[in-house]
Amino acid sequence: MIRTKRDLTKAVLLVTPSIVLVSIFVYGFILWSLRTSVSAWQGIRPDYTFVGLRNYIHLFQSTRFQIDLWNTAYFTLFFIATCIVVGFVLAFLINRNIRGEGVFRTVYLFPMALSFIVTGVVWRWMLNPTFGVNIILENLGFPSDWGWYTDPTRIGGFHVALTSLILAASWQFAGYTMAIYLAGLRSIPYEVIESARMDGATEIMIVRKVVLPMLRSITLSAVVVLGHISLKIFDLVMAMTGRGPRFATDFPGVFMFETTFTGNRYGEGAAISIVMLVMVALIIIPYLVHVFRQETHE
Amino acid sequence: MSSATQTWKTERAVASLKRTVLYITLVAFAALFLTPLYVVISTGLKTFQEARLAAMWSLPPSVSLQAFSAAFTRLAPHLENSFKLVIPATFGSALLGSINGYVFSKWRFRGANTIFALMLFGMFIPYQSILIPLVVFLRTIGLYGTLWGLILTHIVYGIPITTLMFRNFYAKIPDELLDAGHIDGLDLLGVYRRIIVPLSAPGLVVVVIWQFTSIWNDFLFAVTITQRPGVQPITVALQNLAGSQVIEWNVQMAGALLAAMPTLVLYIILGKYFIRGMLAGSVKG
Repeated sequence: MIRTKRDLTKAVLLVTPSIVLVSIFVYGFILWSLRTSVSAWQGIRPDYTFVGLRNYIHLFQSTRFQIDLWNTAYFTLFFIATCIVVGFVLAFLINRNIRGEGVFRTVYLFPMALSFIVTGVVWRWMLNPTFGVNIILENLGFPSDWGWYTDPTRIGGFHVALTSLILAASWQFAGYTMAIYLAGLRSIPYEVIESARMDGATEIMIVRKVVLPMLRSITLSAVVVLGHISLKIFDLVMAMTGRGPRFATDFPGVFMFETTFTGNRYGEGAAISIVMLVMVALIIIPYLVHVFRQETHE
Repeated sequence: MSSATQTWKTERAVASLKRTVLYITLVAFAALFLTPLYVVISTGLKTFQEARLAAMWSLPPSVSLQAFSAAFTRLAPHLENSFKLVIPATFGSALLGSINGYVFSKWRFRGANTIFALMLFGMFIPYQSILIPLVVFLRTIGLYGTLWGLILTHIVYGIPITTLMFRNFYAKIPDELLDAGHIDGLDLLGVYRRIIVPLSAPGLVVVVIWQFTSIWNDFLFAVTITQRPGVQPITVALQNLAGSQVIEWNVQMAGALLAAMPTLVLYIILGKYFIRGMLAGSVKG
């Protein structure tokens, strides 16, 4: 490609405004939050008196934050697992020359177009312990006294009430997982599967030995994308359950918001937000490095 | 001979049975996915008394638009706020993304890839980690609590994803085409205006749908930045509606449907582009 030096300078000038904006609003603000997280700021007026790690120590000692971390871990695990399994199964089934494929795809994916607030409002009504799904379960003869998101029971570290959020979030994102798996399945050459079939491989063997290994990078993307959504989950919780009985459905995002904007404890709120950032960065940075390495190798 | 026919027949029977099971599974999943939609519509069409009864799963005895009109009266100003917010924010971030995408795909100056990667990180961060400084900053420049403050926020935090989408899209435009422009004496801006922009339509549609949907559906920025009911967008208003004293489920469901309508309509009409945007969101184009 033809480039003159003058044009190259202009190119840099063109992206400069965006670079400046991102530097300030992303990196500058993160540093500012970091500074806030080691400050004594409580109340409306900023107070940047340095207090060391006091806010963090406070935080990790609080029962609420410990519960939040467990909830995040369990929610992330079950949410990702559900989306991957349901998404893969749907993609696999839909990829077999289905009549009306477009209709099925549209149906499975439509929740992606909705806001977590809409999803939360609707699922709160559906899982209402008095009127909701319980009535259907009762009519079908199943146990029907589930408390859903009002249930304070904790089994091991797992709050039963989280099930409601996992269901709602998976409903929203299973279709997304299906769509990326479907794109992956379509990119596997037909001959590969056909030749495995000729060699006498059963369907299950083909899936395990041929299809899944070829979709490994897609599974990785799905885990990363779904994982970072679940680590910062906030909207769905606010709309559906709030912090729940005995923090059964509380998450760092909710805790941060309440601490900061309801409690006016800015120092502690900032500390929570930094912990959230670290959790997300731990999965996103290796992923971005991986993707960019691959791109430069291509 | 006859046993061969027999095997063939059994195989066909098995194949058609498999097919039937396949369709039944797909339909069952579809029903499951559509259940919330059924509940929303049927509850929204009930009256207050009907919606409070244990009959939440049954169809409304008669169609009543009472809930929809109540929801619309309460939510209309907020729908308007959302449109006033989403349209400028979407086009603002798309414009910046298009310029950046052009430079990052066609003008790889030194360090461009590193800068691009650093930029991309901005689309994954939990926004909680910039929320306190953002509020202080918006207060300082006098935009806290205003729609303009929210628009600015969405434009800035939309830069990474729109840049990514346009970069991947422009990468497919052959360099020879741009070279031809340069030979004709166009500089980099000339090439952008005369060659890139006219070819941008399909990429722009993907970006616009994506940004429209994300900004319309945003709650965290909206609830933090807009405290006064007068400027609150639809997601915040819907959440407040749900938190009111007497829970009118029928009005809530009608409200949820109203809030979902614009993005749902976009999805149904332009689903293909919506999916493309979604796939681009997982970094690889």
